Amino acid sequence: MEFGIVELSRLQFALTAMYHFLFVPLTLGLSVLIAIMETVYVMTGRLIWRQMTKFWGTLFGINFVLGVATGITMEFQFGMNWSYYSHYVGDIFGAPLAIEGLMAFFLEATFVGLWFFGWDKLSKVAHMIVGWLVAIGSNFSALWILIANGWMQNPVGAHFNPMTMRMEMTSFFEVMFNEVAQAKFVHTVSAGYVTAAIFVLGVSAWFLLKDRHVELARRSIAVASSFGLAAALSVVVLGDESGYSATHTQRMKLAAMEGMWNTEPAPAAFTVIGLPDQAARETHYALHVPHVMGLIATRSLTREIPGINDLVIESEERVRSGIIAYDALMTIRAEREDTPQEVLDTFEEHGNDLGYAFLLMRYLDDPRDASEEQILMAANDTVPMVWPLFWAFRIMVGLGFAFIGVMAYFFVVTNFAGGRYPRWALRAAVAIIPTPWIAAEMGWFVAEYGRQPWTVDGILPTAMSVSHLSITSVALTLAGFIVFYTILFIVEVALLLKYIRKGPEQDVEETEEWMARHEHRLRTHDGKGPFAPPAE
Amino acid sequence: MILHQLIDFELLRLIWWLLLGVLLIGFALTDGFDLGVGTLLPFVAKTDSERRVVINTVGPVWEGNQVWFILGGGAIFAAWPPLYAVSFSGFYLAMFLILAALILRPVGFKYRSKRDSYAWRNGWDWALFVGGAVPALLFGVAVGNVLLGVPFRLTENLFSLYEGTFFQLLHPFALLAGVVSLAMLIAHGAAWLTVKADAPAVVERARRFGITAGLLAMGGYALAGLWLAFGIDGFALVGPVITDGPSNPLLSEVTRGGSWLAAYSERPWIVIAPIMGFVGIGLAVRGLARGGEVSALLWSKLGITGVISSVGLTMFPFILPSSIDPRSSLTVWDASSSHLTLFVMLVSTVIFMPLILIYTAWVYKVLWGKVGEDELNSNKNAY
Repeated sequence: MEFGIVELSRLQFALTAMYHFLFVPLTLGLSVLIAIMETVYVMTGRLIWRQMTKFWGTLFGINFVLGVATGITMEFQFGMNWSYYSHYVGDIFGAPLAIEGLMAFFLEATFVGLWFFGWDKLSKVAHMIVGWLVAIGSNFSALWILIANGWMQNPVGAHFNPMTMRMEMTSFFEVMFNEVAQAKFVHTVSAGYVTAAIFVLGVSAWFLLKDRHVELARRSIAVASSFGLAAALSVVVLGDESGYSATHTQRMKLAAMEGMWNTEPAPAAFTVIGLPDQAARETHYALHVPHVMGLIATRSLTREIPGINDLVIESEERVRSGIIAYDALMTIRAEREDTPQEVLDTFEEHGNDLGYAFLLMRYLDDPRDASEEQILMAANDTVPMVWPLFWAFRIMVGLGFAFIGVMAYFFVVTNFAGGRYPRWALRAAVAIIPTPWIAAEMGWFVAEYGRQPWTVDGILPTAMSVSHLSITSVALTLAGFIVFYTILFIVEVALLLKYIRKGPEQDVEETEEWMARHEHRLRTHDGKGPFAPPAE
Repeated sequence: MILHQLIDFELLRLIWWLLLGVLLIGFALTDGFDLGVGTLLPFVAKTDSERRVVINTVGPVWEGNQVWFILGGGAIFAAWPPLYAVSFSGFYLAMFLILAALILRPVGFKYRSKRDSYAWRNGWDWALFVGGAVPALLFGVAVGNVLLGVPFRLTENLFSLYEGTFFQLLHPFALLAGVVSLAMLIAHGAAWLTVKADAPAVVERARRFGITAGLLAMGGYALAGLWLAFGIDGFALVGPVITDGPSNPLLSEVTRGGSWLAAYSERPWIVIAPIMGFVGIGLAVRGLARGGEVSALLWSKLGITGVISSVGLTMFPFILPSSIDPRSSLTVWDASSSHLTLFVMLVSTVIFMPLILIYTAWVYKVLWGKVGEDELNSNKNAY
C-alpha cells in the first residue's frame, strides 16, 4: 500500500480509536458492576461489599482516567484530520457528539470525582446514587456515540443541500432511532459488560488460586458470572440484530464479511471457514452449512442475499447515475436561483448517487470526464478487502459464543455446586482475561473497515474526507501518538497489576478506620442523619 | 418537522453565537483554574505534602471541568461545522500539542500518588505543569491568530486549504495574546488556591504569583488593545448582509481594512466587556493583595468573562476571518449548521444545561471547604 495522506490519516484514526476502546468497555461494565456491589452494601449493610466496591473502584479509576484522556483526542480528531468530512456531514454528525457531552459525559465526569472523594461527605444512599449516575452517564455516552457512528453506517434523516455543498438534517427523530444505531448500542454496551465480567472473574480467580481475599473473590465471581451471563447472551442476540439490519442497509459489508461472491439461491449457505481470494473472487476450501446464512440474515426461506459480484454491477449503475447528478449540481451551483426546473428535477432523481460520482475523484478531477475503464474501477472500489473482514468477524463471533459458555459454567458452579471451582477452571479464567478486548476490537474493525471505501456509506468516500495536510504533519502526529500512547499503556497496565497484587488490604484497613471515625461521630451526633453507621 | 420554524434562522444563529461564548467562558472559568493551578504547582508547593494539597484542591472537580472543553468541541462541531473543519485542521500541530498536554493532565492527577517515589511524583508534577501551561498559552495564541486572520481559503466545493505553517502561528501579537491568556488563568488558579488550600506557605506563594500574573494580564490586555487599534487591519462584510441565507461563506463579500475597533463606534455599548475585563482582574489583584480569598476568585471570574466577551463582541459577526482570501472568512451568518440542527441543539441545551449547572453547583457545595493535609491522610482515594 502506498502511504499517502489518506492512508496515514486512516491509520491514525484507527489507532487512536481502537486504543480509546481498550478502556471504554471496562468503564462501561465496571461502572455498572460497582454500582451493583455498592447497592448490595447499602441494602445489606455488610462491610465486605463496601470493601469490594472500593477495591474494584480503585481499578475502575485507573482505567477510567485513560478512557477520558484518550476520548479527548476522539472529539477533536474529526476536525483535525477529516476536515472535509466535518464540513460535509457535521450538520448531522456533530449533533449526537454535542448531546453526548451535554447529557452523558458531564454527568459521568462530574460525579466520578465526587464518588472517589465523597465517601465521608455523603450518606450511604447518596453515595450509591452518585455511583449509579456515573454508570448511567457512561452508558448514555455510548448511546450517543453509537447514534453518531450508526449514521455513518446507515445515513438516514438527511439530504444533500446544493447551496451549502453538504448533507443537512431533515429529521432528528430518524437519526436518533436509526435501527442500526439502536442495535449497535445494546450490542456494544453488552460487550462492555462482558469485558468487565471477565475481568472481575479473572482477577478473582487469581485471588482464589493464591488463596487470598477468598470472601471478596467468591462474592465477586457470583456477581460477575450472573451479570456476565446475561450480558454475553445479549451481545450475541444484538449482534444478530445488527447482522439482520445489514441485509438492507449495508449489503456489501455483509457479503464481504461472509466472503459471498455470488448471489446464491435462497436460503443461502453459511461459510463457517475458508480462504477468501480477492483476485479470483472466490472463497477457497470453504466449509458450508446449508441454509443457515439465509435464515440468520433474512429470517426467511425465500429472500436472496446479493453476492459481491452483483453488488458491483449495481455500484456501476450508481456511478453512472452519480455522474448525471454531479453535472446537475454544477449547473445548480453556477445558476443558483436561476436554475432551470428540469435540472433541479434531474438532481432530485439522481442526487442519491452523488457520492458514487465522488468515488471517481480518486482518478480524475471532474467525474464528468470519466472513461469507461475509470467507471469500472470506481465500481470495483466499493468492495472492501474481504479476507480481513471474513476472519475478524469469525474471531469475534467465536469468542462471543465462548463467553456464553464461560459465564454459564461459572454461574452453574457458583449457584448449584457450592462454588467449588476446580483449579483448571480458575487458571483458565485468569488466562482468558485479554479475550474480550480482542473480541471488541475485532467488532469495531468489522464495522469500520467493512464500511470502506466510505466514511458515510454511499454518501462520502474516505479518500475525499481528509484534511489538506502535509504528509510530514500527519506522520509526525502519528508517531507522537504511538510513542505517547505506548508509554501510557505500559504505565496503566503496571499500575493495574500493582493494585491487583496489593489486593483489597488497604480497603479493609480503610473500612476499619472509617468505622472508628463513625463511632466518634456517633458520640457527637445523635446517630441519625447522613453519618449513620452501617447496619453491621 | 416544522417545529423549528418557530424560531428564525437568524435568531438561532445569534443564540448559538452567544452559546459558543458561554461555553468558552464556562471552560475558562472552571477548567481555567485547573490549568492555572497546574501551572503554579511546581512553584507554589515545594514539599510533597504541599503539592498533594495543591493537586487535591482540584482533585474532585477537574474531570467535570474538563467536560466544558469537550463540550466546546462538540458544540462547535454541531453548530458551526465549517469553523470546526477549518480551524482544527488549520491549527493541526498546535491542536496536537494541546491534546497531548490535556491527555497528560488526567493521567498526572490520577497516577501521581499511586507510587511512593520522588522521581515518579516529581515527573508527574512537571507533566501537570505542561498540561496546565501549554493549553493556557496556546488557547490565547489561537485567539490572537483569529484576530490577525488565518491563512486559509475555501475551494468552490468548500474544501478548506490552509496555507500557513505552525511557526507562522507564533506572530508577536498572537504570542502576546497567549501571554494574556496564560497570565489570566494563573491569576485565576492562584485565587482558587487562596480559597481552597489549607497550607499557609502555599497560599502565601500563590498570592504573590497571582498578583504578578494579574498585573501582567492587565498590561498585556491593554497593549493588545492598542496593537489592535493601530497595527492590525479588521474585516468587514460588503453589501447587503443576508442573515438567514444558506451556510456558504463564498456567497458573501468581505473586505479587509479599517480597524477591528470600529465596532466600538458602531456598537458603543460593547465597551462594557473590556471594562469588565480590567475591573475584574484589577479587583482580583487587589483582593489577592489583601488576602481576600473568595472575593478575589469572584472578581477574577468577572475579569475573564470580560476579556473573552470583548474578543467575540469586537469581531462580530466574524468568527474566523481569512487573511489570504477574505471572501472565505467565516461569519455568524454563513458558517452555521442548518436551521433544524441549530433548533434541535438549542432544545437539548435548554433541557440539559440547567441540569448541568444545578448538579455541578451541588457537587461543589458538597465538596466545599478547605483542603489540608489532615483530609488527605484520611482519604485513601485522594491524589
